[in-house]
Amino acid sequence: MAQTAAPAAPSSTSTRRGVSADLPDATLSKWLRDMFLIREFEVRCAQAYQQAKIGGFCHLYIGQEACAVGTIGAVNHDDPIVTAYRDHGHALARGMDPGACMAEMFGKSTGCAKGKGGSMHMFDRPNWLFGGHGIVGAQTALGTGLAFAARYEWEVLGKGVNHPDGRPATLDENAPAKKKVSLCYLGDGALNQGCLHEAMNLAGLYSLPVIFIVENNRYSMGTAIERGTTMAHNLLAKGAAYGIDSLKINEEEGLDILRLYDKFKPFADECRAKQRPGFVDLHTYRYQGHSMSDPQKYRTKEEVEAVKQKDSIDQLVLHLMNERKCMTEAQFLAMQREVKDLVAKAMTFAEESPIPDVDAELYSDVYSNIEANLSPTREYVHGAKNPLL
Amino acid sequence: MPRTPQMIEKGLTLVDAINEGLAQEMERDARVVCLGEDVGLNGGVFRVTEGLQKRFGSDRVVDTPLSESGIMGAAIGLAMGGMRPIPEIQFEGFMGPAHDQLVNHAARFRNRTRGEITVPLTVRVPWGGGIHAPEFHSDSPEAIYIHNPGMKVVCPATPADAKGLLISAIRDPDPVLFFEPKRVYRSYREQVPEEEYTIPLGKAKVVQEGTDLTIITWGAQLFQCLEALDQLPEDASVELIDLRTLNPLDHDTIATSVEKTGRCVVVQEAPKTCSLGSEISAIIQERCFLNLKAPVQRVAGFDTIMPYAKLELDYLPDAKRIAEAVVQTLGY
Repeated sequence: MAQTAAPAAPSSTSTRRGVSADLPDATLSKWLRDMFLIREFEVRCAQAYQQAKIGGFCHLYIGQEACAVGTIGAVNHDDPIVTAYRDHGHALARGMDPGACMAEMFGKSTGCAKGKGGSMHMFDRPNWLFGGHGIVGAQTALGTGLAFAARYEWEVLGKGVNHPDGRPATLDENAPAKKKVSLCYLGDGALNQGCLHEAMNLAGLYSLPVIFIVENNRYSMGTAIERGTTMAHNLLAKGAAYGIDSLKINEEEGLDILRLYDKFKPFADECRAKQRPGFVDLHTYRYQGHSMSDPQKYRTKEEVEAVKQKDSIDQLVLHLMNERKCMTEAQFLAMQREVKDLVAKAMTFAEESPIPDVDAELYSDVYSNIEANLSPTREYVHGAKNPLL
Repeated sequence: MPRTPQMIEKGLTLVDAINEGLAQEMERDARVVCLGEDVGLNGGVFRVTEGLQKRFGSDRVVDTPLSESGIMGAAIGLAMGGMRPIPEIQFEGFMGPAHDQLVNHAARFRNRTRGEITVPLTVRVPWGGGIHAPEFHSDSPEAIYIHNPGMKVVCPATPADAKGLLISAIRDPDPVLFFEPKRVYRSYREQVPEEEYTIPLGKAKVVQEGTDLTIITWGAQLFQCLEALDQLPEDASVELIDLRTLNPLDHDTIATSVEKTGRCVVVQEAPKTCSLGSEISAIIQERCFLNLKAPVQRVAGFDTIMPYAKLELDYLPDAKRIAEAVVQTLGY
C-alpha cells in the first residue's frame, strides 16, 4: 500500500534511459494519480463489499496498477481494449467515471451497465473499453475480432466505421481510418483455456494487430502457475508457437511503470506499425486474494510483504520526487487528497443512486426492438394478453 | 452474379437464394464480411458461399481454420468493432465449441452496455436432418438458443423466405442465428424476386388457411406437412403456419389461428422434451384455453440421439405421422 507520507528513498537510484525518460512530467504525474486512484477505489470497494453494499463477486486490482496504467498509457485512446473480470483498474485507467464504476458494483441504475453487469462487466464504449468479461479466456477471441475490425477498417474499407468518440459512423460518412492496435488482457489462468489458443492462432494466421497481455500475477485463483501451466518458466514459447512476437516483462519491470513502459511502448508501436500481433508475459502481483473470500493458503504472508517492498506507486513517487524532482511532498499529498475526495464522492454517488426501475429495466437492452410484437414476454409480465393473470 | 437459365426457368433453390442474398448485401455494405471453414476457395461445404470469394476477395470472404470458438469470438469482436460479420458454422453440431461465445458474449453485450455496444452478427448454420448424415450433422438444437435471451433465431423453409429473412438478419442490430434446413437446400425450387428485399423477423406465415385445425411447423418439416395435407380426408379444413422466425416468436399469429380452429398439432424435427413445440403448447393453453377442443399434439423427433442414416427416417416426422396426429386430434 502506498503510504500517506512519501516513502523513504532507497539507497541507490537507478539511471533512467528508456523511452519513458522523454515523457513530460505531466504524463508521469497523471500516471501516478491514476494508479493511486485505482488503489484508493479498490480499498473502498473492499470496504463496501464487507458492508454488503456490493454483491456477487469482487476481484481487486491492488498491486497490479502499473500494468493497466502503463500499457494503456502506451497506446491511443481509440485503440480498443478488452480484459477479464479483474477489470476496475482498466476501466479507471481508460477514463471511466469512478461514480459510474462504483454504482455498477452497487447494482445501481447509474452504473455503466445500469447496475445489470456488476463488478466483472465494466464496459465503456466512448473510452473504447469493450469489457470486463467473466468467462476466463473467452475475451481473447473478442480482442482478436476487434483487431480484425480495426485492420479491416484501415486496409479494406479505407475509412473508419466509428468516430474517435466511439459513435458509429453512417454508411456514407468518412470517419478517419488509422492503424490501430487492440490490447487484450488475460490472467495467467487463462493460458490454459482453449479459446486463447484459437484466438492466437487466428491472430498469427491473419496478422491481426492484437497484443495479448498476460497479467502474470503467479496465481490462477489458488493455483500457482507452475502447478497448472506447462512451460511456466518460458511462456514466450506459447506466443512463438503461433508465430507471434513475444515480450517478457519481469517482475522488477512489471512493478516499475517506467521500465514497463520502456519495454512495452516500442513493442506496441511495432505491432501497430507492422499490423501484427504480440504476446506479452507481464509479471505483476496482486496483494489481495483472488476474490473477496480467499483463504490464501497458497502463499505466505512473507511472500506478499516482499513484493510490497517493490510497490509500484511507491517507486513512481520516489522517481518523481527524487530523480525527476518534478513533484514535491506537498503536491503528492494534495494529489492524494484530491483522489480520496473523488472516490468518496463516487461512493456517495453510488450509495444515493436509485436501484434500477424494474418495469423500465428488467427487459431493456435485451433486443434492439422492444415493441409489443417482438417482446411478448413483457406483455405476459403485465398480464395484458394472458386471460389467466 | 447473373442467374443461370435454369434459375430463370425453374426458380431458385434455397442455396441459390441465400447465395444471392449474401452477394447483394456484400455489394450494398462493405462492412459485411463472411468467414468460416472453407467458405472462400471451396464455397462452403454446401456451396452456399460459392463464387463470393472470387467476386469480393479473400479480405471479405475469409477461410478460417477449424476453430469454432475462435470464429465466433472473432466475429463478435468484428461486430463490436462496427462490422457486419456473417460467420458460417459448418454443421449445427459444431455449435458446441462456439456456444460460450454466442450465449455468454453475443447475446449479452447490449444488456451490459446500456445498448451502446451491439453485436449485429448473422450466424449461418446448416441445420436439421434428412441428408443421411450422423449426429452432429443432423441435429435440431434451436430450443437451446431460443431459451437464451438476447439472440434472434430464424429458420426459413423456402427460397423466397430465406432470401428476405437473411437480408433482414444481416441488417438487424442484434445477433441472429440463421438455421438453414439442409434437407431442402436443393430439393425445392421457386421463383424468387431478383432485387433485394426484406421479410420482417418475428412474423409467421400462414401457408394455407383452414378452420378446423392448425398445424404449426418450421424448417424442412414444412414440406412433410404439405405432403400430409394431401393425405387428409377431403372435408378436413387445416390451417398451416410456417413460423419462419423462432425467436421472437409470433404469438399473435399462433393464438389467432388456434382461437379460430380450437385444435393444434405442432410438427418439429427436434426431440420432444423441452422443445419449441413444448413452448408453443404452453402458449396455446395460456392464450387459447377456452377455445381448445382437443389437447395440443406434438409430432416430434424422439428423445434420443439423432440416429445415423438407416434409422434417420424412423426418427424424423413424416407425412404419415403428421396426418395420423391430425386425424386423431380432429376426432378427439
